[in-house]
Amino acid sequence: MKHLRSIDELGHDGLVRLLNLTQHMVEVNRRPIPKVPALRGRTVVSLFFEDSTRTRLSFETAAKRLSADTMTFSVSTSSVNKGESLRDTVETITDMGVDAFVVRHKSTGTPWQISEWTTASVVNAGDGWHQHPTQALVDCFTVREALGVERFDGLTLTIVGDIKHSRVARSNISAFSMLGAKVVLVAPPTLLPPDVAHWPVEVSHRLDDVLARTDILYMLRLQSERMTQGHVPNLREYAELFGLDAKRVAKLPTRAVVMHPGPMNRGVEMLVDPSSLPNSLIHQQVSNGVAVRMAVLFDLLAGESSAANLQQVTT
Amino acid sequence: MTPTGRVVLRGGRIVDSRGERRADVAVDDGVVVEVGEQLAGGRVIDATDCVVAPGFVDLHAHLREPGKEEAETIETGSRAGAMGGYTALVAMPNTDPPHDSVAVINFVREQGKRAGLVDVVPSGCITLGRNGEALAPLAELASAGVRIFTDDGNGVQDELLMRRAMEYGTGLGITLAQHCEVATLTKGAVMNECQCCTSLGLPGWPSIAEELMVFRDIELARLTGARVHFLHLSTARSVELVRAAKRDGLPITAEVTPHHLALDETRLATFDTVYKVNPPLRSPADIAALRAGVIDGTIDAIATDHAPHPRRDKELSLDQAPFGMLGLETALGVALGVLQVDLTHLVRVMSINPARIAGIADRHGRDIDTGAPANLVVFDPTVAWQVAPDSLASKSRNTPYVGMTLRGKVRHTMFNGTFTVLDGAAQR
Repeated sequence: MKHLRSIDELGHDGLVRLLNLTQHMVEVNRRPIPKVPALRGRTVVSLFFEDSTRTRLSFETAAKRLSADTMTFSVSTSSVNKGESLRDTVETITDMGVDAFVVRHKSTGTPWQISEWTTASVVNAGDGWHQHPTQALVDCFTVREALGVERFDGLTLTIVGDIKHSRVARSNISAFSMLGAKVVLVAPPTLLPPDVAHWPVEVSHRLDDVLARTDILYMLRLQSERMTQGHVPNLREYAELFGLDAKRVAKLPTRAVVMHPGPMNRGVEMLVDPSSLPNSLIHQQVSNGVAVRMAVLFDLLAGESSAANLQQVTT
Repeated sequence: MTPTGRVVLRGGRIVDSRGERRADVAVDDGVVVEVGEQLAGGRVIDATDCVVAPGFVDLHAHLREPGKEEAETIETGSRAGAMGGYTALVAMPNTDPPHDSVAVINFVREQGKRAGLVDVVPSGCITLGRNGEALAPLAELASAGVRIFTDDGNGVQDELLMRRAMEYGTGLGITLAQHCEVATLTKGAVMNECQCCTSLGLPGWPSIAEELMVFRDIELARLTGARVHFLHLSTARSVELVRAAKRDGLPITAEVTPHHLALDETRLATFDTVYKVNPPLRSPADIAALRAGVIDGTIDAIATDHAPHPRRDKELSLDQAPFGMLGLETALGVALGVLQVDLTHLVRVMSINPARIAGIADRHGRDIDTGAPANLVVFDPTVAWQVAPDSLASKSRNTPYVGMTLRGKVRHTMFNGTFTVLDGAAQR
């Protein structure tokens, strides 16, 4: 694998390979000194054109645990504001000798553009409303681990909230479907993409109707600017219709799990204290983030010697 | 320009409004002096297997000067036009400063004359600064010779202001050319709103953003009697609206670009910013309707929307990269490749109709008769060729047709009796 840009490009086999590899990385992270020399001499640059704390930190931590060198390039300190083209930026960094770009950008497609302009690997850490493949890997791994299953046949994933503007939703719809889950989307029509009818999902506008048959309840963050754009009249009405409160928690099957990609809007989509939920996976989602990104960087950068290297990692 | 003496275009097929006929054409001192069999005397230029037609007229060229000479100048744009068989270009007003004063209009026209490769016909702004807030001095610009007005790049959003522009314009005998885009519906949008944009998570540009303004301006034209031209129509419903308006006898004309006839929305799935255009590339159903509109005459003209951008501007993310692609040098080859039309109709939509709409039918798009100004194109309608970016005359390189095989190539272009292109090579 040269790049990780979308779940569809990764495909079913790649998805399973990375999930299995993540299991090894979880074991590495449990060691007293959670660091292996697998990527010594490799350089990973974080190219972040959009704010992010947890994704950037978890990529950088992952790279360091594999002994890669890391660099960070964030837009406020860059020359992008001085009229340099995206291509110039990428070529300049490539010339410094890097092996992988971890890219986040508010515009769809930048990881594909960048991979045209560099010989290094490209990891998509979120492009516009399009894809966030490592988040989907994190979520699939977390569910696998929590439910003790490798495939999701017979399980229903219900994603609630701003599907239209969500790269997490787009990646998760692909990934969970690949592993056999049925996907239900719950949102007001204004927060669904215009041609959602062509997606292999069921759509509902009423959360209460689908809770009882939900195995995995995935709450998305509602950004406050959606109100000013007229997608929803106000946050109170949204919370009333789509927020997770105690009454709705009670309607879930007892074994159902609750997830959220963070950061959470308490009082909007999350009206209960998540730590009070019986089956919340929200903390596991964060803690698995590092292991997943270690698996991705290892898979992209360990190269020819990856089999031998894996042994070195796991023994 | 110095006249070069008598020239005979030998062995071609003349195509003009009256159809096709085989004849030689003799030109001297800037005008056609003789049309007939086996003409002799002077310099003989071969036109065998070629069409000899009135030079093409582009209603929609962004020449970028003044203000963005890094992308194109009036001279380089004129040369690109000549290479594409054009003898007249309507220069779009979104320069810096824009075409909202006589000083800028005169500057553009003078630069066009200095280049001397095509007639550069400046359009005028409808509103001051193209801001959509107050009318530009339409009468003053009209008295300086401007016949066609547009805020292209922006649609005039305000209904009252557009009504006033039309009312005022009817007294001046001008044409108002609208860029149809309801801006509130397209904020941040980069591609057609479709199944593809849903999956790509790209903000969608709905067809209705265009159609609402087409409808509004048809009704305003009905109310005011103004002459209205629709720029770069891109949707099936827009074509239907114009067809119905013409049936009602309204003084409406419309154009379509070669790229909206040839390329569909899925191109942007490659994330190549060269495909980011305004309006966006649409669906195969829209393309079929646009082609049918050209064939049945609903759409009067093929206009390039030639929009040069320097490399560094297009090498940005999709949301930041500017709209637009080159068009002048490839229009003929693209149009011939995608349209099943006879050559007479092709010449009608590339030369005769646009000359009339631009108000320059006295010197362009004329039948090839003795006394007509020698603004001519000679092209081979069957030869296949590939677009090589380095051989383009434009200063920019943002063409989507690299590596594609086009059919039909300009061999000679003659402007005011002088060759600007001879055997496919620019003469200056």
